[in-house]
Amino acid sequence: MELTKQEVIVGVVADFLPRIGRVVVAGNVELAIFRASDETIYALENRSPHPKGGPLAEGIVSGYYLYDPLYDWKIDLRTGEVQAPDQGQAVTYPVTLVGETVKVSL
Amino acid sequence: MTANREKLVLVGNGMAGVGTIEQILKLGGIYDITIFGSESHPNYNRIMLSYVLEGSKTVEDIILNDLNWYKDNNITLHTGTTVTRIDEASHQIFTDNGMAVPYDKVIIATGSNSFILPVPGSDKDGVVGFRDIADCETMLAAAKQYSKAAVIGGGLLGLEAAKGLVNLGMDVTVVHLMEDLMERQLDRNASSMLQAELTRQGVKFAMGKQTVELTGEQRVSGLRFSDDTELAADFVVMAVGIKPNVALAKDSGITVNRGIVVNDYLQTSMENVYSVGECTEHRGLCYGLVAPLFEQGMILAKHLCGVETNPYEGSVVSTKLKISGVDVFSAGEFIDSPEHTVISAKDDWKRTYKKILLKNNIIVGAVLFGDVTESANLQKLVKQGTEMTDAIYAEVMGTGCCGDGGAKKSMSIEAMADEEIVCGCNGVTKKAIVDAVTENGFTTVDEIKACTGATRSCGGCKPVVEQILQFVLGDSFQQGAKQGICSCTTLSRDEIVAEITTKGLRTTKEVMNVLDWKQAEGCSKCRPAVNYYLGMIYPDTHEDEKESRFVNERMGANIQKDGTFTVVPRMYGGVTTPEDLMKIAEVSLKYDVKVVKVTGGQRLDLIGVKKEDVPKVWEELDMPSGYAYAKSLRTVKTCVGSQFCRFGTQDSMGMGALIERKYERLDFPAKFKIAVNGCPRNCAESCTKDIGIVGNDGGWEIFIGGNGGIKPRIADAFCKVKTDEELLEVCSAVMQYYRETGNYLERTSEWVERMGLETIQTAIMDNELNRKELAARIDFALAQVTDPWKKMLEDDSTRTALFEKTTV
Repeated sequence: MELTKQEVIVGVVADFLPRIGRVVVAGNVELAIFRASDETIYALENRSPHPKGGPLAEGIVSGYYLYDPLYDWKIDLRTGEVQAPDQGQAVTYPVTLVGETVKVSL
Repeated sequence: MTANREKLVLVGNGMAGVGTIEQILKLGGIYDITIFGSESHPNYNRIMLSYVLEGSKTVEDIILNDLNWYKDNNITLHTGTTVTRIDEASHQIFTDNGMAVPYDKVIIATGSNSFILPVPGSDKDGVVGFRDIADCETMLAAAKQYSKAAVIGGGLLGLEAAKGLVNLGMDVTVVHLMEDLMERQLDRNASSMLQAELTRQGVKFAMGKQTVELTGEQRVSGLRFSDDTELAADFVVMAVGIKPNVALAKDSGITVNRGIVVNDYLQTSMENVYSVGECTEHRGLCYGLVAPLFEQGMILAKHLCGVETNPYEGSVVSTKLKISGVDVFSAGEFIDSPEHTVISAKDDWKRTYKKILLKNNIIVGAVLFGDVTESANLQKLVKQGTEMTDAIYAEVMGTGCCGDGGAKKSMSIEAMADEEIVCGCNGVTKKAIVDAVTENGFTTVDEIKACTGATRSCGGCKPVVEQILQFVLGDSFQQGAKQGICSCTTLSRDEIVAEITTKGLRTTKEVMNVLDWKQAEGCSKCRPAVNYYLGMIYPDTHEDEKESRFVNERMGANIQKDGTFTVVPRMYGGVTTPEDLMKIAEVSLKYDVKVVKVTGGQRLDLIGVKKEDVPKVWEELDMPSGYAYAKSLRTVKTCVGSQFCRFGTQDSMGMGALIERKYERLDFPAKFKIAVNGCPRNCAESCTKDIGIVGNDGGWEIFIGGNGGIKPRIADAFCKVKTDEELLEVCSAVMQYYRETGNYLERTSEWVERMGLETIQTAIMDNELNRKELAARIDFALAQVTDPWKKMLEDDSTRTALFEKTTV
């Protein structure tokens, strides 16, 4: 069965401060959206892959990596992959930019 | 396809068994693995249960392998299932819920149970052992309902349980059969010092008492001893020892003495069946500590993977008590007899004790109390049966003679076996660390930590890891080990600050660019540090970088593990008004605050505010931020002082409020706490504050470098002053000097020790010009600060971006 993906507009580029995460609720998914210094935008589910969970949006962004706010895990914004020595994966969603409009496929 | 893989069944989902499986996976062992555990939890670190009881860790914190780990490694896990029999003839194991699983190899790692004294009444309600998470939860629940506890057994586990219950607010008496605590690990001297220390911490003792009956109806109400005396208790913890869990082995016809009998390759009497950990008996010994189980697991893993290995020849055990503030260590032989040569040093003032036992000049055992910095070293010396030399003597007894301790240390590293466990918490061997250095080119403890996990949990093995680094890297260690402030740079704090000043660097981006950072935008360690250094150097022009602040500082509130925040308003000098209290109460009700708590620094925590409500809470409180999240002045703790107290000689409340107002909001290298006392009775506890101030008849006394936190330190007497003006000038100078010379995240307790008290006294007390300049610089910096809550309320776009949940 083909899954239909839904594209939602989450805002314009200027809504997202450079290297500071922002929470957007889209349907039943809570997203943490980050704008890297090179203007690329990433959308992750706002939930840490750490066994104890917690949010991601308040982490420190460095390059394409996020240091999560509660346990300082280093997470690749592009793939959601947690960097060694920790293990796990955050859920990522594809982002497209149409002009200044930011769209996320859920 | 997995059809031709051998089937390995592990019975027991604890540290010993799963540790063995981890080693098998690392060695590339090709097995279909099934694990049975009778507890419902995944594999957890049992030795850390004491921390759960103490409250410093949660059950989740001590989980070693979560369910994903089993999945990722294709391991079938059955929790809450007990294996009842191994059938050699049909090569199957049977469980209590009717499963029959075929096997090629079985590992029994069923651990042990609490030994419950077979006295009348031991089956009453309110009597528990201290062995697993369920026991721990029972104890946590009991502490809420009952007040008087008895712990039977003055060994390691009993004392940890007792201290945990005291922390939970219970009145606890430890009942011990012997006259000495921990008599199987400590000699009489150390034991009596331990008892004195624990008594000071609130534990009571009934020594030399044999329990003959537990009294009460359905629920226990007390203990009766053999001398006919009694002790009331409505909760009893039995910690008299452990009993290897051998039921499965016995029922399957495997040879069992006290434990399951194994040979030097951990084989039981049944073919293809092995056993590791506390349930085993090797050469007549059952072990109840963590190191042997890793050592056994390693050898068994190699054996099962067809890798050549030395036989297991037993373990040298050592003991560490996991009670904060009570450092005890012992290894090898510790009770002296005529055949020993004894080296000892007892210091009743510092409350330390050190004893080393020699047999024919070979180090065979040691006991440490109060200061256990040499424990890792001594454990190794005992294990290797090292001969005592002048150099080792100087090194471990700390006579100040420099000798050639370094050379000795690398020799002992050289002699250390590859399989030896360096990090007991994570089971990391010497070889794993050496490989990380030689194969990945790592040169720092941090890199080793990131790659292998060593030093990651309790940190006790850090000195040994450093020695291994030194040994492997040899001469290049100095250069290689040049530790930058994080792994993004090799530059030290001082070098970075110097470069910023001489090159006129203005932003973290510039700093990282010009100084050739390895990670262009730094990491969560260096970004906040560099942002602080820039702010300290350019107080008037540096634009604070929100994106380089930790979450708490960026948001102006403390994040909790569920993503809600704690809001703490200022309460100058710990003083509030009925009007403010009413406002706090109203806002707390309106925004559904979960808990209102008085902090250790005399103010109110409003815990559990939803992120999007945080700005509204600030607005409606309309109070200044208490900076409970910041690397800056937290609170000034005060006593009642001369305004009301009959002993007060100085106005501590007034001075405390004045100081808190003067220095609030400014960034420091780390959090900063002050106390002001109206008289030498010191009710506000100056001795554990960064600056402690004590009023006396003729003026003030100032103490610095105290800390009550993770590494307690009593403050040093710094100076005495006569007037309030002098007091403020000295405080200003100390704080600014610390701001200018402290490493980011370095508390004053560490700073004072690194700089030397005299250096600071010379810079501030012997040099009036310097003191006045320092004070002027802090005043200049203070003139720039603003209240972050107010600022955030005025900045609509940032506030929305940070706090609000947009719904699309």
